[in-house]
Amino acid sequence: MTNSEKVIHTLSVYVANKPGALARIAQVFARRGFNIESLVVSPAVDGNFSRMTIGCSGKPDGLEQIIKQLAKLIDVLHCIDHTYDQSVMKEMGLIKISVDCEGRSEALQIAEHFGCKTVDLTKESMILQVVGDPAKIDALEEMIRKFKIVELVRTGKVVMSRGQKRT
Amino acid sequence: MSDNTMEGGQAIIRCLENEGVEHIFGYSGGAAIPIFDALVTTETKIKFILVRHEQGAVHMADGYARATGKPAVVLVTSGPGATNTLTGIMTAHMDSVPMIVITGQSVSWMLGKDAFQEADIFGITMPVVKHSYLVKKGNDIPRIVREAFHIATTGRPGPVLIDVPKDISAGPCTADLHAEMDLPGYRLIEGVDNDIILQIAEALSKSKRPLILAGHGAMISGADASLKAFAEKARIPVTNTLLGKGVFPETHELALGMLGMHGTAYANKAICECDLLLNIGSRFDDRILGKPEQFCKNATIIHIDIDAAEVGKMIQPQIACVADAKTAIDELAKHVPSLETAAWCRHLDGYKTKHPLKFKRQGSLKMQHIIDEFYKLSEGKACVATDVGQHQMWAAQFYKNDSRYNWLSSGGAGTMGFGLPACIGAAFARPDDLHVCFVGDGGFQMTFFELATAALHKLPIKIVVLNNHYLGMVRQWQELFYEDRTSGVDLEGNPDFVKLAESFGVKGFNLRRPGDVKRVLGSALSYNDGPCLINCEVEKTDNVFPMIPAGAAIEDMLIDPPTRKLEKPTGST
Ligand SMILES: Cc1ncc(C[n+]2csc(CCOP(=O)(O)OP(=O)(O)O)c2C)c(N)n1
Ligand SMILES: [Mg+2]
Repeated sequence: MTNSEKVIHTLSVYVANKPGALARIAQVFARRGFNIESLVVSPAVDGNFSRMTIGCSGKPDGLEQIIKQLAKLIDVLHCIDHTYDQSVMKEMGLIKISVDCEGRSEALQIAEHFGCKTVDLTKESMILQVVGDPAKIDALEEMIRKFKIVELVRTGKVVMSRGQKRT
Repeated sequence: MSDNTMEGGQAIIRCLENEGVEHIFGYSGGAAIPIFDALVTTETKIKFILVRHEQGAVHMADGYARATGKPAVVLVTSGPGATNTLTGIMTAHMDSVPMIVITGQSVSWMLGKDAFQEADIFGITMPVVKHSYLVKKGNDIPRIVREAFHIATTGRPGPVLIDVPKDISAGPCTADLHAEMDLPGYRLIEGVDNDIILQIAEALSKSKRPLILAGHGAMISGADASLKAFAEKARIPVTNTLLGKGVFPETHELALGMLGMHGTAYANKAICECDLLLNIGSRFDDRILGKPEQFCKNATIIHIDIDAAEVGKMIQPQIACVADAKTAIDELAKHVPSLETAAWCRHLDGYKTKHPLKFKRQGSLKMQHIIDEFYKLSEGKACVATDVGQHQMWAAQFYKNDSRYNWLSSGGAGTMGFGLPACIGAAFARPDDLHVCFVGDGGFQMTFFELATAALHKLPIKIVVLNNHYLGMVRQWQELFYEDRTSGVDLEGNPDFVKLAESFGVKGFNLRRPGDVKRVLGSALSYNDGPCLINCEVEKTDNVFPMIPAGAAIEDMLIDPPTRKLEKPTGST
C-alpha cells in the first residue's frame, strides 16, 4: 500500500474527564504501532465527559487491538470505529494563499465552487475558510495549489453517527 | 481544625485499614514523611515493613499477593524512591498481580518546576499500571483509595499507583472515608453468554483429542476446584502455563504439566496433536506459541479470557468467550458429559513414559537433583518462589504444584531479582507455611540485601542459591545458538554466599556433592530459627531441555541436547 492509499480510520472515543486520560489514549496508539493523523477533543453535553474523534492509520489487523485496548482504559466509556458506517464527518480548513489582483478572480471562483468563505483579504494574500468532509478539503487543496499556499491549517475531522446510532 | 478533620496521610492509613490491609512494604523519604507519620499517629495495626531497596518492597508486595490472592501495599517517597519501584510495577503488571503503590511527591505548587526529588512518576509508570492517580485534593483521598483497590483487584487485576503530593498528605481531609466511587468507564464482565457455552460444549462433543490449557487467569479467578471437577468429569487432559502452575494438580493423571519453551515434551506433543484446545485464562504468550502461524494449526481453538483485548491478540480463536474463568467453567460443566478420550489419554501416557523429564544423579551436582530432592523432602507442600533463569525452568519442571498460590515466579517480565523478595512477601502473608526460594547466583545478587529484612523478622524461608557461577540461561543460548561464544555471562567474583548470609545473621549451608543433597537439604529444612541459605555449587554448563528455540514451531522441540548446529532463534529473546 502506498502512502497516498493508506486507510485513515475514524474512531470516536467517549471518555471521562480525568487527569491523564489523553496521555493514556495517545500511548495506546504509540505503543501498538498506530499513527494518530488527527485528534479533536471537546467537552460532551455532560461536562464530566469528553468526545474525541481520532483519525489514525496503521496495519489493518492492528485496529481491532487498538479499539480493545482503548476500551480497556479505565476512563474510556466506549470506542467506536466509524470508518465505514456513513456517519457525518466534517472538518474545517483555513488556507492562506499568495495571490495578487491578477489571480484574485480565479481564486475566488474556485473558492466559490467549494463553498468557501474569504475570511481575510490583503493586496497579496487571502485566507479561505472551508468546511466539509475531509475529501472535499483535499480536493480544494489540490485545486488551489496553482496559487502559492502560504499556510494550511485543518482542524481534523469530527464525526457523529446518523439517526438513532450512538457516536 | 474541627474534630473530624484529619491529615491526608492519616486518611490514607484509615482507608487502607478499611480495605483490610495488614502489611505495607516500603521505604521512607522526605516527600512521604506525613504518611509515615500517620502510621504512628493513627496507632494503626497495619504492620510496616522497612525493606532495603524500593524494588524489594514491590516484589514483596507482589509475592504477598501471588501467595494469597490479596493485594498488598507499597509506600515509598518521591523521585528516586518512586523510580526504584518501576521494575517491580512492570513485573506485577505483566503478570496481572494486584497491588497498590503509594508514592510521596513534591508539594503541589512545585510540580513541573523540577523541585528536589520531583519525578513525574504518574507519567513514567503510565504504560505499566492498570491505572494511576495524582491526588490533587485532600478530600479526594477516600474515593481514590477505594477506586484503586477496586480496580487493582477486579476484572484482570493489576498494579495501581497513587502519587500523593506532600501538601496533600500533610493537609486536611474532611471527606467521608466511605466515599462513593466514580468510575463510569470501568465495567466488569458479568456472567457468561449461554450461546457461547453451548457452542463450546458442542465443539467438545465432536472432539476426539481435546486439551485444556490452564493459565494464570484460571488461578486468579479461583477456578482451581471447578477446573478439576470439570476435567475429571469430561476426561480432558490439562496442560498449564508457567504461571498456571498449581491451578490443576500437576501430579494428577490427567495433568501434562507445563507447556512451552521449556515445558514437558508430552505437553508440547499434546499441543501439536490435539484437535481442540480449550484455553482458560492464558494470554497465548510467545513462550508457549513458538511460531504463532503454526500453533495448533489443525485444532479448534477456544479462548476464555476476562480481558477482551487478549482474545485475538496473538491467536484468533474459533470460539471466543469473554468471561470470568470460574463462571465459564462452572457453566460449561453443566453441558459437557464424559467424553470418549481414553485412547487419547493412553496415547499421551505413552509420551509420558517415552519422554519423561530426566537428569543424572551421578557425576556433577545438578540443579534438577536439588530441586527434585527438595520437592520430595517438602512433600510438594512448600510455597515456591523462583528467580529467573535456568534454575527457574528446572524448578518449574521438577517442583510439581498441586495447589494454587504456591508458585511465585516472574513470567511475563522475567525479572531477575524477583525471587528472594517475593519469597519474603509470601512469608509475611503466610508465616506458618514452608517457603523456599530457588534463585540463581546472578539474580540473587540483584536483591540479596533483603536478607536483612528476612533475618530481622526471622522469616521461615529456605533460600536455595543454585550457583553455577554463570548467567546460565544466557550462556545456554550462547552455547546453542552462537557457537559457544560466551559473552558477558561469567560471574567471576561471586562472593562466598554462606559468609554473606552469616553477615546478615542468616544461617548458611554449603552443598557441593550429589551424595550430600538429601542430608544438607534435610538440615536446612529442620533449621527453625529464621531464614537459612543453602549455597549449592552446581554443574557450571548444564542446559535446560526440552527446549523450543524462540520463534520455532513446537514441532521443532529439542527434547534432548542437539547434535547438530542450530540456527539463531527468530523469536523475541
Ligand atoms: C533484570 C534482568 N536482567 C537481565 C535479564 C536477562 N537474563 C535472563 S536469565 C539470565 C541469567 C540468570 O542467571 P542466574 O541468576 O545465575 O540464573 P541461572 O540461569 O544461572 O540459573 C539473564 C541475565 C533478566 N531476565 N532480568
Ligand atoms: Mg547462575
